[in-house]
Amino acid sequence: MRLLRTLLASLAILAAGLATLSAATDGFRAYTTETARRIDVREHPRAVPDVLLQTADGHIVELASLRGRWLLVDFIYTRCETFCSVQGSQFAQLQQRLAKPIAEGRVALLSISFDPAHDGPARLAAYQQRSRDRGAGWIAARTTDTADLGALMRIFGVTAVPDGLGGFVHNAAIAVVDPHGRLVAITDWDTPDEAERYVLRGLAP
Amino acid sequence: MIAAAQRKAWLGLALCATLALPPLRHLLEATMTLQMLVQIPLLAVAGWWLASFFSRRMTDALARWNHSGISGLLLVSFASLVWMLPRALDAALDTPWVAVAKFISVPLLIGMPLALSWPRAGFVVRGVFLLEAIATAFRLGWLYLASPQRLCSNYLLGDQQRLGESLMAIGAAIILFLAWKLVWGQPRLDAIRMEQD
Repeated sequence: MRLLRTLLASLAILAAGLATLSAATDGFRAYTTETARRIDVREHPRAVPDVLLQTADGHIVELASLRGRWLLVDFIYTRCETFCSVQGSQFAQLQQRLAKPIAEGRVALLSISFDPAHDGPARLAAYQQRSRDRGAGWIAARTTDTADLGALMRIFGVTAVPDGLGGFVHNAAIAVVDPHGRLVAITDWDTPDEAERYVLRGLAP
Repeated sequence: MIAAAQRKAWLGLALCATLALPPLRHLLEATMTLQMLVQIPLLAVAGWWLASFFSRRMTDALARWNHSGISGLLLVSFASLVWMLPRALDAALDTPWVAVAKFISVPLLIGMPLALSWPRAGFVVRGVFLLEAIATAFRLGWLYLASPQRLCSNYLLGDQQRLGESLMAIGAAIILFLAWKLVWGQPRLDAIRMEQD
């Protein structure tokens, strides 16, 4: 009897344990927060909040005013001297490759600083310049309000951890926002082709 | 005897409460290594002590469903697996309900069943459990050491690698301890007898 009861209890624990593990990993697909955020965004697109942004030329724009086109968004801090400094040149490359839809007003690139205290318009402009900005369709901006920054980072799933050397370690990526202002995909920061393909697919009639 | 057991149980409760104090919580969650190798094990210790709240009658009743501690140790394994997911360590920092779930589930689903099962487990069951623990420490340690990417969004890569090294060291320590026990230790005949009944 004791053995049988133990077997029953063990089977119940096995079933409950597997169910819990499955729930905790989105069906054994996501073991890290990063994978989980990508799956969640893909399956449940998130509305991007409308916040005010100050761009590199000093103007204040509403994020919602960029609706109606595909947006490729990345989160940056301009002091970055490690691998994230490549994010800028990746965006400049995308700017060139997507030049046509950008000229047609159907695509725009947006870099948002999560270090607004440091990254004023002048620093954002310098960041774009040293990344070889090609002049059109790439907006670098900072939030004007810390609550807005928090909301943006929460929706986009961006985490920035101080690296102890005055900089940040952050989950760099390229986020895709559709013309309705919904975050629909997150792709690797170092494979801009992936983001490009996604947008071109969306643009295809 | 009963008074001593009660005292231990209260001590477990106090340990849980202390670990939940915000300053200590933030300190122990500041690095991946501290969270996984100090905070979570301490919560499990608290749960082990909490098991002293059970009277003899209650533990005997539970034991009828827990031959040789098998079902209890299975529960411990699953609960530990969940709290080894990089995602769970992250979420315990970002999501309040996950943090609450950690402070409840680690004592009650890891520490407490361990206390109720380990003394009942014989040589074979203990062997299987420890072997799996060693393998998990090495697998996870290797993963953390070798991964070029951060597996937790809240922690730095160097921290992750330090945790990997520590896990490998823990795996090696269990092996050495077991080898020492097998060669020089007293064989636990009582436990073997219990497993047979």
